[in-house]
Amino acid sequence: MNLRILTVTTGRILRQLRHDRRTIALLLLVPVVLLTLLYFMFDDQPQVFDRIALVMLGVFPFIIMFLVTSIAMLRERTTGTLERLLTTPLNKVDLLFGYGIAFGIAAAAQAAVASAVAYWLFGLDTQGSPALVILIAVVNAVLGVALGLLCSAFARTEFQAVQFLPVVAFPQIMLCGLFVARDQMVGWLEAISDVLPLSYAVEALQEVGVHTDPTGTMWRDLAIVAGAVIVALVLAAATLRRRTA
Amino acid sequence: MDTAIEVRDLVIERGKRTVLHGFTCTIPRGSVTGLLGPSGSGKTTLMRAIVGVQIVKSGSITVFGEPAGSAPLRHRMGYLTQAPSVYADLTVRENARYFAALYGLGAAEADQAVADVGLKKAAGQLVGTLSGGQRSRASLACAIVGNPDLVILDEPTVGQDPVLRDELWKRFQEMAANGATLLVSSHVMDEAARCERLLLIREGRLIADDTPAAVRASAGTDDLDEAFLRLIRAQGVAA
Repeated sequence: MNLRILTVTTGRILRQLRHDRRTIALLLLVPVVLLTLLYFMFDDQPQVFDRIALVMLGVFPFIIMFLVTSIAMLRERTTGTLERLLTTPLNKVDLLFGYGIAFGIAAAAQAAVASAVAYWLFGLDTQGSPALVILIAVVNAVLGVALGLLCSAFARTEFQAVQFLPVVAFPQIMLCGLFVARDQMVGWLEAISDVLPLSYAVEALQEVGVHTDPTGTMWRDLAIVAGAVIVALVLAAATLRRRTA
Repeated sequence: MDTAIEVRDLVIERGKRTVLHGFTCTIPRGSVTGLLGPSGSGKTTLMRAIVGVQIVKSGSITVFGEPAGSAPLRHRMGYLTQAPSVYADLTVRENARYFAALYGLGAAEADQAVADVGLKKAAGQLVGTLSGGQRSRASLACAIVGNPDLVILDEPTVGQDPVLRDELWKRFQEMAANGATLLVSSHVMDEAARCERLLLIREGRLIADDTPAAVRASAGTDDLDEAFLRLIRAQGVAA
């Protein structure tokens, strides 16, 4: 890893994003629109809104960054820029971390806007600090980036890349405890839920919902998600080969 | 003659097809070597092997005494892929500055490279909005930025207008005069005459490795196109 190369690569990815105004608008506004729907769906049940909105604040960045990253990385492969980069002093770790940091920054902006709307406009009520919600959302986004980088290795076309979303994201969302509490699932479902990183991210958010101060469980859960990020990035680095056929 | 690239008994398979069959050649330092042959003859595969992104079945390639693709070499090498490999959603200048920065070079070198390929006026334009020829020049700017010691160019002048092509070739020759080693592929024979040495390749085999004058002399014609044809036929008879 080379700090200069990592920095310029992160800057390059952010610059690409900056030229794409429509993507920026979608990144910032879609979560707000969905939160608005949620707010009116549970107009007369503020507790239900609180419970679901809190989890959604962590799930949006995960899904969106997974999609954005898998397409961005696939474009690096199909347009030849990846091959070109691998003939330069750039190390593949610089590229992977560059994506993680750049889209992590984008996710922080997204989470800040969505949280601001949820708290101020829709009166979202949590015992813990909104800053912790944003922190967990960003770690979740980076998880989405890391899994997106890994999955893009198994897709040859953008058609295929998009279809990894239902494979990778949906089971995690279904089993994360949002629809059915994890301890009420049948044993084998709970066991699956136990090995999916998003379950821990959701649990961390729920901890922020009911405790004024950050709890040990929350930090442990956050550490587990961060560990999953590292594992996914290491696997992504292993699937990124300098030499190809 | 000081050797920059040494390729020995290189065998490369892509899928079930053998693309290079025990290919051997040397490329001298500080010169422009032309790699000529029809499409599908193995030019791009050979170039990918030299820059170290191609899986090699057997044989060896050394560049400046180091194995091809090794980390120290990657600081000294510029590579132009056949299809432009620049970011369509960045401007020409941003692309050049990014690639320059990967080599530890500054904005001045990047802007110089953009000017060298005749894109000074389009520097602030997004690459995605450029014409095909301009886009490949943007890619070329990123390959020659900072005058690397080794420059591998896969069909750099396709689709460029004659005046510009002439300027680009002068630029390549100037880089070689300053000590750089250039390997330039083309399937246009009139460009062959501008190289100091020629490698003629067909169906993954080396047909000739000589100066343009010597190729003409050995084939007994002044026309390089015709010379290439005669050399192929002579090979066919010999085989």
